[in-house]
Amino acid sequence: MAVNAKNLNETEFFYGHKACAGCGGSLAVRIALKVLGENAVAVLPAGCMSAVGFNFPQLCFGNNAIISTFAGTASMLTGVEAGLRAQGITDFHAVGFAGDGGTADIGLQALSGAIDRNDDILYICYDNEAYMNTGIQKSSLTPFGARTTTTPAGKNIRGNLRPKKNMFEIVAAHGIPYAATASVGYLNDFMRKVEKAKSIKGTKYIHILAPCPTGWGVKTDETVDIAKEVVDCGLWYLAEYENGEFTLNHQPKEFSSVESYLRKQSRFKHLTAEDIEIITQSRDAKWEFIHKNFN
Amino acid sequence: MAKAFLSGNEAFAYGVRLARPQVISAYPITPQTIVVEKLSEFIEDGSLKAEFIHVESEHSALSCAIGASSVGARAFTATSSQGLLYMAECLPYAAGGRFPIVMMNANRSTALPWNIYGDQRDSLSQLDSGWIQAYAENAQEALDLALMSFYIAEHKNVSTPYMANLDGFVLTHTYEVVDVPTAEQADAFLPKYATENKLDLQNPRNLAFSAGPDSNTIFKYKEHVGILNAKSVIQEAEDRFETIFGRRYSGLTESYRTEDADYIIITLGSIAGLVREVVDALRLEGRRVGLLRLRYLRPFPNEEIANAVKNAKAVAVLEKDISFGNEGTVYTNVNSAMQKAGINIPNSNYIGGLGGKNISSEEIKGIFDELKSQKSAVRFLGIGGEANGG
Repeated sequence: MAVNAKNLNETEFFYGHKACAGCGGSLAVRIALKVLGENAVAVLPAGCMSAVGFNFPQLCFGNNAIISTFAGTASMLTGVEAGLRAQGITDFHAVGFAGDGGTADIGLQALSGAIDRNDDILYICYDNEAYMNTGIQKSSLTPFGARTTTTPAGKNIRGNLRPKKNMFEIVAAHGIPYAATASVGYLNDFMRKVEKAKSIKGTKYIHILAPCPTGWGVKTDETVDIAKEVVDCGLWYLAEYENGEFTLNHQPKEFSSVESYLRKQSRFKHLTAEDIEIITQSRDAKWEFIHKNFN
Repeated sequence: MAKAFLSGNEAFAYGVRLARPQVISAYPITPQTIVVEKLSEFIEDGSLKAEFIHVESEHSALSCAIGASSVGARAFTATSSQGLLYMAECLPYAAGGRFPIVMMNANRSTALPWNIYGDQRDSLSQLDSGWIQAYAENAQEALDLALMSFYIAEHKNVSTPYMANLDGFVLTHTYEVVDVPTAEQADAFLPKYATENKLDLQNPRNLAFSAGPDSNTIFKYKEHVGILNAKSVIQEAEDRFETIFGRRYSGLTESYRTEDADYIIITLGSIAGLVREVVDALRLEGRRVGLLRLRYLRPFPNEEIANAVKNAKAVAVLEKDISFGNEGTVYTNVNSAMQKAGINIPNSNYIGGLGGKNISSEEIKGIFDELKSQKSAVRFLGIGGEANGG
């Protein structure tokens, strides 16, 4: 039976940490570990989840877990997997949890290397769309228009000028056995994907959008709602890549308002109608691509 | 044991094979490449059972080795120069996590200017990273260090990563007749790696955590004690090594005709061979000269240096390194050892062999001649002039 909210493992593997209220990243880590179970061996780079979970003597993982260097999530995962296998141990899941900066910027080289080798690891990127641990600086997964502390919105420049890097398709272009996008607003979909990844040999990549109330400027009880809305308005999508093919998992009947999604977040409050039109057009172009190329 | 005609790199690879690492992660760089090529061949021909990880960079090479070590596997990597600097972030990481990884470093100049030849500026720049640092003189010692390194690094009182340095080209690429121990002998020498400092499915752990101002010092102190403990474990390893293989090493340093020497050159690595020849030649002329070879720079042989030079009139430190704006790093360390022991004799620093420049026996004789002037100075060999600064 597929894993769902009713039959999900009741054991907590990530608790007692000091993440901000409403943290989307910690929700993704908590749920993924419940699906993977006690034999998950987790690698987390320097970043939010390691900063909140590994403060000696308050160590917050119930399963095996280790901090890697910022750039080294994938390479350390490779070593963990190879080291256990070399000792004849096979009943485990090597899983990495890295943020958007640790994945799409500084950790991309190591991740690419691991996928190229097809190491038997699961890499989960919890994407909160900026360097939140260091205080909301732009990463290559920060969306167009977002205000961060390094892309301030003023008279001359209106926030981040570049679109979000397309990690899902970059990873897929390696010919990875399994890749998926997800959102903490659609946890059943995420749990299904983690469970599926668990059964696949080789490198697996799941990119989960995980809002950060602190960095996005939403209330702490709105994390799941905003993570749902980003999918409903079409600025994020739920999909999989497997056997060389893309599959769309969720087609909103009708997109909800992009403007309504953006206006709820203080990081976008400076956007003009023209900016919102640019964002809407890029969404439409993306969906045209999806309908053309995804099953 | 069997004789084989091997380069320094090959000899080291034979030593690594005997140590049976479980995970090898490495990235090629001149002049280290032959080590990883040789190990790849051993894996292909079935004579070494290990996971060989073709990483995409040196940073990943050491990060991967840390991952492997963190689950209790024996891990090996090798690098040189720019590669060592590229993985630099991972060096104190491995040491602080007490992961006893062994790494061979082919000593090579660091850019700029680009240069692929040997000097020791790469490893000496990482002297403070928390790794044991050993310097081999010849291919036999390289093979033997490869085997001993795992014993020392993995000893429960040490738990410290180990960097074995071989001079680029001069040692890595020159051939010598080497005694290659049998696998049975090696297995009798080196126990399997066992540790509690690991991620363990039966006893889950959180490793490589943060430690704030209140607890940080105690972790760093323990790290320091671990590397200091290597002193006695090196002795223990060498005793054990002699029992099984019949070859004797002399600990952190090797003294050659220093007992009654007035003038002593202190150096490290392959150049020691030439200094030894010059010492013999000058001894035939009745000159009382000697050589002190530093086999280890961490842990640092403070007492050994003091004992070797205490009756000398002057000493010189010859090194392939310069800490810009000051002097050679080995010289700084040696002076500290002498000062702590209350030895106040002239001590000069000769910076030579940079970027693979040859050091001649005439230059070494020249150093012994200049020591008679009883003045301390910092000099660059071959270009004249003092470099004491103002």
